[in-house]
Amino acid sequence: MKQPPLPSVSSAPLKELEALAKRVRRHIIEMTAAAGSGHPGGSLSCVEILVALYCRVLRHDAHNPAWPDRDRFILSKGHAAPAHYAVLAECGYLPLEELTSLRKLGSRLQGHSVAGSPPGVEMTSGSLGMGLSFSLGQALAAHLDGRSYRVYCLLSDGDLNEGQTWEAAMACAHYRADNLTAIVDYNRIQNDGFSDYSRYQDSSRPQRVGGWVGPEGHTVNIMGLQPLAEKWRAFGWQVLEADGHDLGALIAALEKAQAVEGRPTLIIAHTVKGKGVSFMENNPAFHGKAPTPEQAQQALAELA
Amino acid sequence: MTSQARAATREALGPTLVRLTREGLDIVVVDADLGSSTTARDFGKVFPDRFITVGVAEQNMVNVAAGLAAAGKTVFISTFAVFAPGRCFDQLRLGIAQPGLNVKLVGSHSGIITGEDGPSAQAIDDLALMLSLSGFRVLVPADVVEAEQAIEAAARTDGPFYIRCVRPKIPVIYDQDYRFQLGKAHLLRPGKDVTVMAIGVMVFAALEAAELLAQERIDCRVLNVCSLKPLDEEAVLAAARETGGIVTAEDHLVHGGLGSLIAQTVARHQPVPLAFVGMQDQYATSGRWDELLKHYGLTPEKIAEAARDVISRKGG
Ligand SMILES: Cc1ncc(C[n+]2csc(CCOP(=O)(O)OP(=O)(O)O)c2C)c(N)n1
Repeated sequence: MKQPPLPSVSSAPLKELEALAKRVRRHIIEMTAAAGSGHPGGSLSCVEILVALYCRVLRHDAHNPAWPDRDRFILSKGHAAPAHYAVLAECGYLPLEELTSLRKLGSRLQGHSVAGSPPGVEMTSGSLGMGLSFSLGQALAAHLDGRSYRVYCLLSDGDLNEGQTWEAAMACAHYRADNLTAIVDYNRIQNDGFSDYSRYQDSSRPQRVGGWVGPEGHTVNIMGLQPLAEKWRAFGWQVLEADGHDLGALIAALEKAQAVEGRPTLIIAHTVKGKGVSFMENNPAFHGKAPTPEQAQQALAELA
Repeated sequence: MTSQARAATREALGPTLVRLTREGLDIVVVDADLGSSTTARDFGKVFPDRFITVGVAEQNMVNVAAGLAAAGKTVFISTFAVFAPGRCFDQLRLGIAQPGLNVKLVGSHSGIITGEDGPSAQAIDDLALMLSLSGFRVLVPADVVEAEQAIEAAARTDGPFYIRCVRPKIPVIYDQDYRFQLGKAHLLRPGKDVTVMAIGVMVFAALEAAELLAQERIDCRVLNVCSLKPLDEEAVLAAARETGGIVTAEDHLVHGGLGSLIAQTVARHQPVPLAFVGMQDQYATSGRWDELLKHYGLTPEKIAEAARDVISRKGG
């Protein structure tokens, strides 16, 4: 489907977007530290994906969040809400000062995404595996209404554990939803530990079949997803891969996805959980734990 | 209250399963990527071959557990209560309840006191779901001591169980001499003017409410109704008869949980004025668990208020 020109897409040079990504990372640290809880690891891993989408791909308008022709962004991994709120704030959907109200009584910024809170959040999520189904609903509605908006859905390894995601994957291909692009934040770390062996350091151990609890206490090989690209291709999707922290590569893949006809596109974004903060990178401990004030200081120094 | 000991009821799960397996029970755990939160992973550390991960796939977890149970295992599954029972109702009904399989579901995070994660993580309808499943025994421990014993009772009794636990560290009420009995309510405080029946975190609040009422010379009985199913009808009806009015208190919707169960029981045999403290047909929000309890009226003060109301409605 041919797109009209993209009025709200910024032409800011990549350098500026990289600086923005760093600011978003700082917000994530400040927000979760102020809340004393939350999910910094999986928020940090999807920063470039969100920045690429909101600054170069999505047609959206912070001053008119209900614009019927806006492109939709669906955050299936609702625990990464801090990253989403931070990007929305940088785009003007809410004041930057509001960010540190995260998770507090009375705040619009709930621990996991709640639709419309603030405006710009399309879907209530936080129970993994529901986002792709919702995205298909939105993509089908675009066809029914003769609208040309596109739908983008951000998934996680955890989302891909849920059977519902695969039910939706089948249905998206069945309906030839070429106005739908899903992106997997493929950091290969989940709640309890490592999805498979790819980020697990202790290579001296034999690779056991199935999940087990490693000596450091993390669960290892929770549920491997490989071969991931082949799975989605077999389901009828166009599959692209990109370094999930390379803005240029992500933008190129997202643009390529717009060109395909008759099939939905999946972009496998290879990411690092906790990206940008040395002691959080590839560390399952920071999936669902906020930095202490001291850790936040160190993290902010690294992100200066 | 400053020296009050505190612990989360979910913390009983892993250690109790380790002890029971060492004592010879044939326990297997199926985990859906929340074993670190439910503490089931502590079991996996000690018994790696009895610990099965299925990833974030609760429906799969339930029916894999059913298969293991059908082969003779005592199977424990656990996740946040929003995800099971929340996401797996048909799997629990057809997969476990109808064949009566030996599967024990522990909802590790229940109620609004799950806190900052927000409404998507706060199960306030899980008891309504689980009480509707024929064959499931339903237990709601009031503290970590009772949680350990409830888990043991479930492990040693054949058939399906649901055990409702909580995330935050709530007050410890019982000492090690306490003995939980399946099908028995526990009388925590005698009284003749009114009875508060409570579960989970609200049991401690009920005891505080009784203190408040005592200052007004109101003699308040407090019953811990941990064993929701089977219910101690005898104790419930005795309370109705002897105190003439009942307040229920739960961190759950007032529909479908403790309040509904007690109302139905007394309506049938011994109608008396009732009041219901709990969540009123709404979802909560993110916040600190103690702030949320206050905000939504799950407090000793509200229980005491409800008790006065019930007393005012008692027949002469
Ligand atoms: C249905 C469901 N089950 C369990 C959870 C609890 N939970 C929150 S995040 C998570 C897994 C985190 O891994 P992933 O989804 O890959 O997130 P990322 O690493 O991208 O942050 C789990 C199990 C949930 N949110 N939803």
